[in-house]
Amino acid sequence: MTDLFSKFDALIAQREGLLATGVKDPFSLVMEEVKSPTVAVVNGKETILLGTYNYMGMTFDDDVIAAGKKALDEFGAGTTGSRVLNGTFQGHKECEDALKEFYGMDHAMVFSTGYQANLGIISTIAGKGDYIILDIDSHASIYDGCKMGDAEIVAFRHNDVEALEKRLKRLPADAGKLVVLEGVYSMLGDVAPLKEMIRVSKEAGAMILVDEAHSMGFIGENGRGVAEEQGVLDDVDFIIGTFSKSVGTVGGFCVSNHPKFEIMRLVCRPYVFTASLPPSVVACSAASIRKLMHNSNKRGHLWENSKSLHQGLRDLGFQLGTPNAQSAIIAVIMPDLEKGAAMWAALLENGLYVNLARPPATPAGMTLLRCSLCAEHSSEQVADILDRFERAGKAVGII
Amino acid sequence: MTDRSEMFDRLKGLIAPFNKKGVDVSETTTFAGDLEWDSLTVMDFVAEVEDSFDIIISMNLQAEIENVGQLVDAVTKLTAA
Repeated sequence: MTDLFSKFDALIAQREGLLATGVKDPFSLVMEEVKSPTVAVVNGKETILLGTYNYMGMTFDDDVIAAGKKALDEFGAGTTGSRVLNGTFQGHKECEDALKEFYGMDHAMVFSTGYQANLGIISTIAGKGDYIILDIDSHASIYDGCKMGDAEIVAFRHNDVEALEKRLKRLPADAGKLVVLEGVYSMLGDVAPLKEMIRVSKEAGAMILVDEAHSMGFIGENGRGVAEEQGVLDDVDFIIGTFSKSVGTVGGFCVSNHPKFEIMRLVCRPYVFTASLPPSVVACSAASIRKLMHNSNKRGHLWENSKSLHQGLRDLGFQLGTPNAQSAIIAVIMPDLEKGAAMWAALLENGLYVNLARPPATPAGMTLLRCSLCAEHSSEQVADILDRFERAGKAVGII
Repeated sequence: MTDRSEMFDRLKGLIAPFNKKGVDVSETTTFAGDLEWDSLTVMDFVAEVEDSFDIIISMNLQAEIENVGQLVDAVTKLTAA
């Protein structure tokens, strides 16, 4: 018998090798208590959270929690059904209404996760004979959506407008084309030149989908994301987003002005063939989205946090993923996986949690310590974070 | 025949800057196995071939190309169209 697991042997060996160096397993961490959006107890120790994408700190918002408790009491624990059968409750409609208002768009469709939103929309709208043109550094959910559909997939170099334009011009003029972009790329925290990319895409007759998972709630005048910030939101055909970052719950969505958009509810398999979100989750999400519309003070503080962390880490001598703070993600580049894992463990020892990101999730084979800031991080916490980075960096020998 | 060997020579020329190990390139040379290219190198190389011939090699097609001979066939077909 061939052991189907033998294909994982190399990964198993790499993992065992890493653990043999005495490093705690970075991928099996448990949050024993969560005290606030920025503090948890890990290994019995109070730890500052700097890797949760909880950008606006909505997870413990009083109004959000109250809305969830009320829905739990009134509508029960779960829906036990698909959105197109018995799984659409009043709360799901209210959540979609909140999204339509938030983005100023005609249609909104809520999925059970952000992953499923990309999987469903991309695989359904681009079919046989159509082309999907995507940035090579696209998120796994975008690639998986491509793999699930029947379209031809064309990749272009990360954030390279010219490479995109060249490829668009080589495709058959009359073929259906979907250009898939992200507002903020989650590994390095860099922002896409959406304005130029959307211009060349429109010129080539392509439809455009932008994943704004890492920008919703704090980039753009109304927190609608990078497309809003760059003044091109009206040219985007489909915005994909998630509730598991700024909104602070779980779920995914697509908003659009396409006049035929509602047909998606019948043809999109990751929407149809799964149970809908629990009533408490959609109620929390709707309350959170409505609060995110009016949040300019919190947004301002988040930007301050991001800028001071970026500046501080650079001054300490760390190598960063972007030349300036472009989002609430600051990526610290590690020399290799072993040093990265050691640094990650040293930070945790010092009471600081960040994400350890490694290939294949990262671009260019990099090992990253990815930091995501929260609007609820105080200025003192940011100073504390820098202090811990300095101590750990010196102990591991990176700075 | 001449056309095919011309195409092979041209592609061999494009492979050269990425052939860090100095592998002797033939039609049966594989990209992942013999040249030991990672996905990043593959991407750079594909972009180079695409721009040189003004073609698109979709990721669907890339998945079917394992060795240099198959690349010669694919590019020949794409440039003839």
